[in-house]
Amino acid sequence: MTETRLKEKDKPWLMRTYSGYASAAESNQLYRSNLAKGQTGLSIAFDLPTQTGYDSDHPFSYGEVGKLGVPMRNLEDMECLFDQIPMAQMNTSMTINAPAAWLFALYLTAASRQNANIADLRGTLQNDILKEYLSRGTYIFPPAISMRLSAEVISYAVRNVPKWNPINICSYHLQESGATPVQELAFSLANAIAVLDEVKKLGQVTDAQFPSVVGRISFFLNAGIRFVEEMCKVRAFDTLWDRICLERYHVQDPKLRRFRYGIQVNSLGLSDRQPENNVARIIYEMLGVVLTGRARARSVQLPAWNEALGLPRKWDQQWSLRLQQILAFETDLLEYPDLFEGSPVIAQKEKELTEAATAELQKILEMGGAVAAIENGYMKRRLVESNAIRLGNIENGQQTVVGVNKFCDGELSPLVEGMERAFLTVDDAVEAEQISTLQAFRQKRDAAKVEEALDALKQGVRDGRNIVEVSMACAEAGVTTGEWTDALRAMFGEYRAPTGVDGLSLPMETKTENYKVIEKVKKLNARLGRNLKILIGKPGLDGHSNGAEQIAVKARDVGMEVVYEGIRLTPEQIAETALQEGVHVIGLSILSGSHTRLVPEVSRCLAQRGLSDLPIVLGGIIPEADVRQMNIPAVKKVYAPKDYQLNQIMWEIVDIVAAAHHIDMADGD
Amino acid sequence: MSISPPVDITALLAGRKQAVAYALNLLEDRRPEVASQVQRLAAWLSQNARPGRHVIGITGPPGVGKSSMISRLVEYFRKHQKTIGIISIDPSSPKSGGALLGDRIRIRHRPDDDGVFIRSLAAGGHLGGLSANIGHLLLLLEAVYDITILETVGVGQSETDIAHAVDTVISVIHPGSGDMLQFMKSGIMEIPHILVINKADCGEAAARSFYDLKNAMIYMATDKDDWQPIVILTSASQNKGFDTLATALDQHLSWLTAHDIAKRRRWQLWQSLLAFFKAEYGRFGSRLLGGERQILKILEQSDASTPDEGMRCLYDQVTAAMRRKMNMVEDKHIGDS
Repeated sequence: MTETRLKEKDKPWLMRTYSGYASAAESNQLYRSNLAKGQTGLSIAFDLPTQTGYDSDHPFSYGEVGKLGVPMRNLEDMECLFDQIPMAQMNTSMTINAPAAWLFALYLTAASRQNANIADLRGTLQNDILKEYLSRGTYIFPPAISMRLSAEVISYAVRNVPKWNPINICSYHLQESGATPVQELAFSLANAIAVLDEVKKLGQVTDAQFPSVVGRISFFLNAGIRFVEEMCKVRAFDTLWDRICLERYHVQDPKLRRFRYGIQVNSLGLSDRQPENNVARIIYEMLGVVLTGRARARSVQLPAWNEALGLPRKWDQQWSLRLQQILAFETDLLEYPDLFEGSPVIAQKEKELTEAATAELQKILEMGGAVAAIENGYMKRRLVESNAIRLGNIENGQQTVVGVNKFCDGELSPLVEGMERAFLTVDDAVEAEQISTLQAFRQKRDAAKVEEALDALKQGVRDGRNIVEVSMACAEAGVTTGEWTDALRAMFGEYRAPTGVDGLSLPMETKTENYKVIEKVKKLNARLGRNLKILIGKPGLDGHSNGAEQIAVKARDVGMEVVYEGIRLTPEQIAETALQEGVHVIGLSILSGSHTRLVPEVSRCLAQRGLSDLPIVLGGIIPEADVRQMNIPAVKKVYAPKDYQLNQIMWEIVDIVAAAHHIDMADGD
Repeated sequence: MSISPPVDITALLAGRKQAVAYALNLLEDRRPEVASQVQRLAAWLSQNARPGRHVIGITGPPGVGKSSMISRLVEYFRKHQKTIGIISIDPSSPKSGGALLGDRIRIRHRPDDDGVFIRSLAAGGHLGGLSANIGHLLLLLEAVYDITILETVGVGQSETDIAHAVDTVISVIHPGSGDMLQFMKSGIMEIPHILVINKADCGEAAARSFYDLKNAMIYMATDKDDWQPIVILTSASQNKGFDTLATALDQHLSWLTAHDIAKRRRWQLWQSLLAFFKAEYGRFGSRLLGGERQILKILEQSDASTPDEGMRCLYDQVTAAMRRKMNMVEDKHIGDS
C-alpha cells in the first residue's frame, strides 16, 4: 500500500517577495524588515536602467531610476544592499538577464568582501535571455552573443559556485504574454534545450561535469487562475523534463533530472476593478503549484492585491507573504504525499498536455531550435495570436472575469475608498540623488585602474576567457554597470527584435463591430484628406510590448496607418517621429510607472516642434491622480490593461482625432 | 509667371523639419478644398527645381535588408555633409486599408539631425502601383535635400513604376536567389541601374550571385550608349561596400547629366501619368483619347511639368471627348426624330 500520510511534514517552499526600489540603502531596509517578518529568501528587483545596462545618468534612464527596482551601478551599491545581511547564509534570487554576468560578478565580489566562501553561496540568477526577445524586452546584445554569455555564466557557476542556480528558464513571462499551457511547456523546454546545447558547444565544462550542469537548470513558472489545468501543467513539465534529461542528455542520476522550479503567480489576470478580489485569485493560482506533492514549487512569490493599480507598499507585500504562510503552516497540506497520484482525470489531462507540448516542441526543434524560432518570429507570432484570442474571449464574455465582465456592480472597497494612492510611489527626487551619488563615486575612484580593468575585460573576451572571471576584476576596480555594458556593446553591437506584429491579423470574432469601426475610419479619412495615421510609442526602458502590439495590430485591422517602432525610445525620438510622419494621434504605452516623468517630457518635445495640440492617448498602469497632476490638455484618454474592448478603444480614438480637427462625425457622409 | 506658394518657403528650403512635415501633409491631402494649394505648391517646386539633385529608388523583396542598407547609406552621406530625404512605402491591407509602417526604426539617425527626414507611406489601393501624389512628395524632398530616397517592397511590377519616378533604381537582392535574373530575362522587370547583393557576409552564396549577375549583365546590355548596370556586394551588418555604392550612384548621376536628364525626367513623368491615367480611366478612357501614343503626345504638347498639371490636362481632354461623344449621340437622336 502506498503511504497515505507523511511520517514527517514536508519542508515548506521558499517564500520570497520580488522587491527593491529607490536606492540600495532603502532596499536594504526593506529586505531586513521582510526577513524579520519570516521571509526566507530574497528576490531582488533591479531597476530598468540596470537591467538594460545603463547608468542612472544616461538619457535612456530618464524617469526610470529606482522605479521598478533598485539601481545597481557598482560594487559600492551591492555592498550597501547587503549591509548587515550575511550573504553566506542568504538565498538570493536576482532577476537579471542581459548583464547577468556583471551582476553575478558584483554579488560574488561583495560576498567575498563579507568573507563568505564563494563555493557555499546559494541563490538564483534569472539569466534566461531568450524569453527577453519574446516578451520582457530587456535584451541588449544579439541572440547568439547573449546565448554565449549566458552559457559562460552557467559554466562558471557549475565549476565555482556549485549550489547556485545559474539560470532560471522562464515560462512565467510567456504566460504573461498570453501563452497557452502547451506553449508554455513547449517554448520553455525548447529554451532549456538551446541553453544546454550552447553550454556543451562552449566547452568550458568537461563531459563528466555536464550532468551537474543539467542538474543546475531550474525553471521559473507562472500559474494562472484555471488551477486544475495549471497543476496538470507542472506535472507535465516534471514528466517531460525527466524525459529530455534522460533521452537527450543521458543523465543517469535521477536527482539531477529533477524538475526544480519557482513560481510567481499570474499578474496578467489581476484587475484594478474591485481589486480586493485579486487576493482570491492569487490564492487559487498558488494552489495550482503547491497542491501536487510530486511537482510542488520550490519557491513561491506572490504579487500584491493592488499590483494592477501601482507599486505595492510594504503592507501589501506583507499580506501576500501571509497568504503563503497560512497555507504552509496552518493548513494540513504538507502532511500528505501527492494527493493526485492515481486520479484518472488528472492523468488524462496531464497526458493531453504532454502530448501536445511534445508535438509543438518537435516542431520548434525541426525549425532549428529556440534561437531559430525567435529569429524567424515564429514564437513571437504565436504568442501575439494567443493573447489576441484571450482578449477576444474576455471581450465576448466566453471567459468570465468577476467584477470586470460579469458581476460588475459592487460596493466601493474600503481598501481604496478615499485613498488617493493605495500603492507606493517612488519620489522623483530619488533619480537626482542617485545621479549625484554615482557621479561622486566616479570622482573618487582610481580612473586609471578603471581603464585598465575595462581593457582587460575586452582582451579577456577576445581571448575566450570566462566572462564572470574577467568581470570580477572590473567590479573591484570600480567599473560601473553602464561602463561594463558599453564595453561589450562596442564589441558585440546592439539588437532590435522583430516586433511580432508583421503579417498578423487579429481573429475577427466580433465582425460587425470591426466593420463599423472600419467604416468610421474611412469616413474620417475622407474628411481629413489623409488616412488616419497613429503613432504607437513606447518611451523609456520598459520592454513589455504586448499591449502596444495588440493596439498596433488592431489599429491596422480597422484601417488606420500605424507607425510602430518597437520598444526603448527616448521622448525626443517619439516627438520627432510624430512630426516627420505627420500623424494625427499618438498612443503611448508605459507600464514601468515612470509615466509622471515620461509623458510630460514627450509633451515638452512635441511642443518644441509645434505639436502641442496633437492628441495623446495613454495605455498602462496610470492612476487617475497622476493624470490629474500631470495636467496635460493633449492627453485625451487613459486606458488600463483591463480595457480589453479594443473596438471600443479604436472607436474612441477616431472620435478624439475628429474632435481635434473640429470634424463632426454625426454629419452626413 | 510667379507663383506664391502656400507654405513658408524660406523655412522649407532651409530644411526646417516642421516646414517640411507641413508641406508633405499638404501634398498628401486629397480634399478638394485644398486642391488649389497643392497645385500651387507643386508648380512652385517644379519651377524652382535645383540642379544636381538625385532621386534614388531602392527596391527589393521583404527581408532583404533594404532598411539597414539605407541606414548605412544615410551614415555615409551624412559623413560627407549631404542631406537626405526618405520616403518609405509599405503595403497596406486590401481588407481594411490599414497598414503597419515600421521600417523607419531600422534607419538609424539622431533625432536632432536636421539633415535626415523620413516619411512612411502606405501603398494604398492604387492599381498603377505608386500613387499619383508620390510624384509631388518626391518633388518636395528634392527641393530640400541633396539626396532623395524612395524605398518600396516588391519584385516585378513596382520596379517599372519606380523607374518612372526616380533617376537611379537600385535593386537589392538576397544572396543565392535567382528570381531577379529570371524576371529580368523574361522582361517582367526592367533592368535596374545598380544591383546590390546585400548580406555579403553570407559568404559563398553572395559571391556566386555576384559573379552570376555580373556575367548576365554583359549579355543583357544591348546598346553601347546604354547605361551598363553595376553589380555591387554590400554588408550592412559589417558596414562594407557602401563607398563603392556611393561611387556608383555618382557615376550614374553623371551619366544621366551627360544624357539629357531633363528630357528623361519629362519622359518619366509622362509615363507615370499614362500609367495613372490607365488605372483611373481604363481602356475606355484610353480609347477616348485615341490610344496610348496619342496620350503621350497630348502630354508632350501640354509641356506639363508636375503630375498635377499633367493629370488636369488629361482630365480636361477626357471630359471634352466625353462631351463630344454625348453631343454626337444627342445630334443623332435629334436627326432621328
